[in-house]
Amino acid sequence: MTEKMVRNIWRFKALYLMLLPGCLYYIVFKYIPMYGAIIAFKDFNMSAGIWSSPWASPWNKHFVTFFHSPYFSQLLTNTFLISAYKLVFGMLPPVIMALLLNECRVKWFKGVIQTLTYMPHFLSWVIIYGIMLALLSQSSGLLNQWIKEAGGQAIPFLTSTTYFRSILVGSEIWQNLGWGAIIYLAAMAGIDPSLYEAARVDGAGRLRMIWHITLPGIRSVIIMLLILNLGHILDAGFEQIYILYNIQVYSVADILDTWVFRTGLQQLNFSLASAVGLFKSVIGIILVFSSNQIAKRWGEGIW
Amino acid sequence: MVKSMDDRIAGLIVNVILLLFGIASVFPLLYVLSVSVTPFSEVLKNGGFILIPKSITFDAYRKLLMESAMPRAFAVTVIVTVAGTLLNIAITVLTAYPLSRKQLPGRSIFLLMVIFTLLFSGGMIPTYLVVKSLGLLNSIWSMILPNLVWSFNVLIMKSFYENLPEELFESARIDGAKEFHILWRLVVPLSVPVTLTVGLFYAVGHWNEYFQAIMYVTNRTLFPLQVIVREILIQTQQPLENSENITPTATMQMASVIMASLPIIIVYPFLQKHFTKGMLLGAVKG
Repeated sequence: MTEKMVRNIWRFKALYLMLLPGCLYYIVFKYIPMYGAIIAFKDFNMSAGIWSSPWASPWNKHFVTFFHSPYFSQLLTNTFLISAYKLVFGMLPPVIMALLLNECRVKWFKGVIQTLTYMPHFLSWVIIYGIMLALLSQSSGLLNQWIKEAGGQAIPFLTSTTYFRSILVGSEIWQNLGWGAIIYLAAMAGIDPSLYEAARVDGAGRLRMIWHITLPGIRSVIIMLLILNLGHILDAGFEQIYILYNIQVYSVADILDTWVFRTGLQQLNFSLASAVGLFKSVIGIILVFSSNQIAKRWGEGIW
Repeated sequence: MVKSMDDRIAGLIVNVILLLFGIASVFPLLYVLSVSVTPFSEVLKNGGFILIPKSITFDAYRKLLMESAMPRAFAVTVIVTVAGTLLNIAITVLTAYPLSRKQLPGRSIFLLMVIFTLLFSGGMIPTYLVVKSLGLLNSIWSMILPNLVWSFNVLIMKSFYENLPEELFESARIDGAKEFHILWRLVVPLSVPVTLTVGLFYAVGHWNEYFQAIMYVTNRTLFPLQVIVREILIQTQQPLENSENITPTATMQMASVIMASLPIIIVYPFLQKHFTKGMLLGAVKG
């Protein structure tokens, strides 16, 4: 029996050999860090290393420090609010974009618009930050020049706590307007054309067809994406926020990830930062699991 | 079928709104371009930057090329992008192909290993410690190895391989072809489009790489493009002096933005359909 198993495995030796580099990568850069996360329960010091650093006492010291720190509620609020705003305000624009593209009958024009609106998706946040400086900076931004010409006061959009979250949400919508529409367009392409034919015979106009055929046809995709995105509500956009924010707006923009980065890698408080990172990862996996479960159950109800 | 008047008006409205969306997507970048070529004399004359300057100058670009860290950063980014993408593709293919073979003993364990990392991660600090203990800090490899394989891309390729007809493999095996031979001679040529798509995602990721660089690299000579551009962008604006041949900070900043985004903007329209396809492949998986 075992001999047979060994022979079976030996038969696939070439495939295992192929898997080797990938496995090595996953173990070294993904699974060893998972083990390394135990420094959240230790008083890590660099010279002793992960294994020999003493355990924290009590074991949950760093977590307690975090829960009692003034950052806790601020970070959680910011993370949650920024994510929620992005989810709520970011949901509709790609749907509208997809509806419009779907209604467009001029093929070349549709292609050009798709190319133009997908483009921002490929720009890095550093580039988008540069673009925002050009448009919004207080001293030379285009918008502020218009405001000044109209006799108003220049507004410090990028350093003002009033505007910063809107800027995060707005720039993300700008980046994903076209790209987000792709999936809805694909769903629309899957709608049975005979439905439209039947509606046309009944004398339905375009708006009625959108309302009664197209939208119901993509409803399940919209809801599915919404549920799946809810699972990632703790990922408020680390890279975007880190590149766009500045010390004046920390109170409204600092999220779990940016705080972990500063505390760990700039202030070298490794254990505390790991504890917060682990806290986020654990909540995150629970959220993703539940949202996937809900999506699956809900999906079964539909199909 | 005769189009009704209402239909035509509706079509016109649709196209006008689409045009507005299209303009909204490119206008900001065009404005950045305009600022980057506006000579200082124009700025003084108009009391600021305007949409279409009367004359243009490439002074800012020349200064960036001659007197800044941009050329070096460009070289670093090109090296990381080319070497990184080739490695990414090689390892991703090598990982995805065995995982697509249903007869492979222990396949589900390996698959779980790949998928679990999508759900849970040790976090940025423990990963940093691994990179540090491997002695990779301040090397090109620190911008390549920690993200060598994206699980998402493995899953895309795996599902593509799974959909190749089974008879293909059987006939090859009857011929006595070895697995490496099958992969190289049969599977790779049949999967060029999906490999290209996955490679493009990796390449864009490398080009836009910012975080790994600021986490793992402190040696300025190894800074990639995005880090240098961001550095240029956060320089505070100097007050405009009254000299004709000065280049305003804003102009330099916008020139750096254009330089860093130009390769993507030039290449992207030709490859757009591959990106779109990849997005849909991913969505079907998710």
